[in-house]
Amino acid sequence: MSINLQALSAQLLVGLINGSFYALLSLGLAVIFGMLNIINFAHGALYMMGAFCAYFLLNGLGLNYWFALIIAPVAVGIFGMILERTMLKWLTGLDHLYGLLLTFGLALIIQGVFQNYFGSSGLPYAIPDQLRGGMNLGFMFLPIYRGWVVIFSLVVCLLTWYLIERTRLGAYLRAATENPTLVRAFGINVPRMITLTYGLGVGLAALAGVLSAPINQVRPLMGTDLIIVVFAVVVIGGMGSIMGSIITGFTLGIVEGLTKYFYPEASNTVVFVLMVLVLLVKPAGLTGRAT
Amino acid sequence: MIAFVLMTVLLAIVPFTGIYPFFVMQGLCFALLACAFNLLVGYGGLLSFGHAMFLGTAGYFTAHALKVWGLSPELGIIFGTAGAAALAVITGLVAIRRLGIYFAMITLALSQLVYFIYLQTPFTHGEDGIQGIPQGKLFGIFDLSQPTTLYYVILAGFLLGFLLIYRTINSPFGEVLKAIRENEPRAISLGYKTDQYKFLAYVLSGTLAGLAGSLKVFVAQNASLTDVHWSMSGEIVLMTLVGGLGTVFGPVVGAFVIIAMQQYLAGFGQWVTVIQGAVFVICVLTFRRGIIGELAHFFRRSL
Amino acid sequence: MSRKIAALLLGSAMAFAVAGTAFAGDKVVKIGVLNDQSGLYADLAGPGSVIAAQMAIEDSGLTKKGWKIDVISGDHQNKPDVGVNIARQWIDVDKVDVIADVPTSSVALAVNNLVKEKNSILLDSGAGTSDLTNSQCSPNTIHWTYDTYMLAHGTGSALTKSGGNTWFFLTADYAFGAALERDTTNAVVAAGGKVVGGVKHPLNTSDFSSFLLQAQASKAKVIGLANAGGDTVNAIKQASEFGIVSGGQKLAGLLMFISDIHSLGLQTAKGLNLTATFYWDHNDGTRAFSKRFQERMKTKAMPTMVQAGVYSSLIHYFKTLDKLGENPHDGAKVIAAMKEIPTDDPLFGKGKIEPNGRTIHDAYLFEVKSPSESKGPWDYYKLVTTIPADEAFTPLDKSTCPLLKK
Repeated sequence: MSINLQALSAQLLVGLINGSFYALLSLGLAVIFGMLNIINFAHGALYMMGAFCAYFLLNGLGLNYWFALIIAPVAVGIFGMILERTMLKWLTGLDHLYGLLLTFGLALIIQGVFQNYFGSSGLPYAIPDQLRGGMNLGFMFLPIYRGWVVIFSLVVCLLTWYLIERTRLGAYLRAATENPTLVRAFGINVPRMITLTYGLGVGLAALAGVLSAPINQVRPLMGTDLIIVVFAVVVIGGMGSIMGSIITGFTLGIVEGLTKYFYPEASNTVVFVLMVLVLLVKPAGLTGRAT
Repeated sequence: MIAFVLMTVLLAIVPFTGIYPFFVMQGLCFALLACAFNLLVGYGGLLSFGHAMFLGTAGYFTAHALKVWGLSPELGIIFGTAGAAALAVITGLVAIRRLGIYFAMITLALSQLVYFIYLQTPFTHGEDGIQGIPQGKLFGIFDLSQPTTLYYVILAGFLLGFLLIYRTINSPFGEVLKAIRENEPRAISLGYKTDQYKFLAYVLSGTLAGLAGSLKVFVAQNASLTDVHWSMSGEIVLMTLVGGLGTVFGPVVGAFVIIAMQQYLAGFGQWVTVIQGAVFVICVLTFRRGIIGELAHFFRRSL
Repeated sequence: MSRKIAALLLGSAMAFAVAGTAFAGDKVVKIGVLNDQSGLYADLAGPGSVIAAQMAIEDSGLTKKGWKIDVISGDHQNKPDVGVNIARQWIDVDKVDVIADVPTSSVALAVNNLVKEKNSILLDSGAGTSDLTNSQCSPNTIHWTYDTYMLAHGTGSALTKSGGNTWFFLTADYAFGAALERDTTNAVVAAGGKVVGGVKHPLNTSDFSSFLLQAQASKAKVIGLANAGGDTVNAIKQASEFGIVSGGQKLAGLLMFISDIHSLGLQTAKGLNLTATFYWDHNDGTRAFSKRFQERMKTKAMPTMVQAGVYSSLIHYFKTLDKLGENPHDGAKVIAAMKEIPTDDPLFGKGKIEPNGRTIHDAYLFEVKSPSESKGPWDYYKLVTTIPADEAFTPLDKSTCPLLKK
């Protein structure tokens, strides 16, 4: 097969776009896992809620995409914090698996409720006027919106990384993960920090939802299959560091893009195959610490 | 033991009570599946979120053997179960390397991989599934198209699997498993090769889940993607959780409760998923021991 | 413990059901609408099909003649196991005479087998698989409304004839997608067109951009979407983002319903071509029915062709019962009688039921209107051409149905 360099670079760029969603979602999972030691199965459902939130803001209150980018993550984040306060909190000290099971149940409830009220086929959400149209890059036609998604999510990922790894608040967070008792002894309200962290992780998921609303249909089930891919991303990355999950997310998007070019039938499975390979070579994942 | 006899007798008289036998047969298949799953999570401490892949694999293999190759039912069951066992060996080698939540996520991802494979391979007929599978005559004698005969064959299969699991749990092997679940480093320091034990438990669990899948083919007369989908894996977890993780009879009760729920809540249509989710949440938050677990706790007996 | 309770519950349910047993040759009919009430196909079939069934009972006028007709409905959740269980229990316990609708090919084929075994009746409207009237055809099943052959063939040949003579396919990579692509390709080639390429994508792909780039590069005049549900919707949505339709290429949805168009919105879906056998705004008859239907729908949606098919198939069934004078509770006998009477109703016009169980009637190639052409909600389609009944469906001599070899 002769490799068409133009088409290939187009696929790479497209892969990068998907990578931004993986990165945002796996970053959110990593933040939550780092703090609460919970794998948030409801992440896909909360991502979906973000997209719906954008839809409601537009059609209910007339607030456009730019407002949604700010309001939706905050609103879903608050919803997440309520979940944490009322339910997840009671699981501290138990086997981490219970967290997985609880969030799985929550995901079913959230998805079911949305399905009941909005059906399954989904609702339309238009691309904001300012980001319509596209650029001809020579090797491909790049819709401006796609370019925006890549740049915006990269900025958000880096900001989150900076917040956690480079600020005082982040230092508290990391310390509280290592030794909650000690941090509490310094007079820091650990439970509140946990709640805020969960809100942050959930907010990231909702943000990804808003970003994807104009690309995909706003559907109750939009997060269901995506979350499994993101799980695989997390396993590959090893969930060791914030940076690790960002890099793995983008990389996997690109790998997937390449597969779509060379062997499209396998593009849904390649992430899982990669996961198996990584596990065989490095059981702890690429950047991970051992369990 | 009394409980076991009671259960067997209750199940054996079902065809004479006028209860709709297909409902109970389906329940038995899921009960066996949940028991197999429970062996891994309840006694080995490994939560698999991909057990549907064994159910589905065995189902497809048996269905294909019966329909296309025209094998007899007993050979079909053996072929299907062996297929699930082989899959368990392959996936076990990968999955067993990580523990806890990672194990759950890996099994989930693996089952998704298996799902995509079945979606694309021609022999599964993709979305259509394998349909109209002949039930045939077991050992050339028992006509499985007779509901009552079929019922006792399924019951026998279930009891066989159940007893095997029961034996395993109470064998030295089972004791070591429990020791690993409680404290793996200590088990290692006592000289047990824990990885091997976990791997064996995983393969055994996958194989028995496969047996359930093979038996189900005779009840449903079809094999489809539903049985490989991860939502099925979620249902298996739910059954076991409701009945009681790590109890002998819990998964059986849990399976029947969930199947009955699906059957009788079908009128609520859309709300079934929500109710299932709510059951998950309630179980985790309030009675983590499950129905049988709470009873056992109350009577201070092991069930 | 809980098993005993379950047993008690079951037992009482049985006793209750047995009390209502019907005897051969009476005027009691029970209809079971079996479909997806909550999942992927809930909008195109779902509760709307139940309403259509109730309307069919009212419009048949049989109740005034002393018939007792009931409708029950069930959610098969798109799972063959669940579907077969419900259907078996309906037939065995609830004495259901007709199972109607049944979308989702896997469930439809499974129920088809069961219905044949039990000598009941399946009037399928929702499923797409053309196997129902080919290799898996049965003397107990009639397939209404549409099938993949008809959609592929209609869209393929009509579009090619109207100038779209080079095609590129986006095909969902499984049996169903392959069948759609194959049937369409045959139709395109037969009509003098050419397929210049195609790409297979995995099921449930959320991102189509790389496939769309390839389609764009192929310069084909028509991009055929041989996929379904969410895949089609996402592909269309992203095609508009990549400027495919505005760039002069045509999109052809090979399996699309008006509910999909409604969900996409005209801004995104405009210019799309698709085949259907029913459109609410087609003539006075369809409009009258649809307005009544819309009023009863909670969502105020217009009927899809599947829901219209449920109505039409039951109307024909009742017409046959009326002629027979009683309900013989014998599936094959009723179906044979149904095949003898030509079909005629306001929704699908005149047609007939072929010996293989396929109902044939006219089909239409539509183009989706742009927002400026649309005069109001649900005003979505404009007619491109009408495909006559005898050209729209699988010709009998090409049907592989074993019933035909006598």
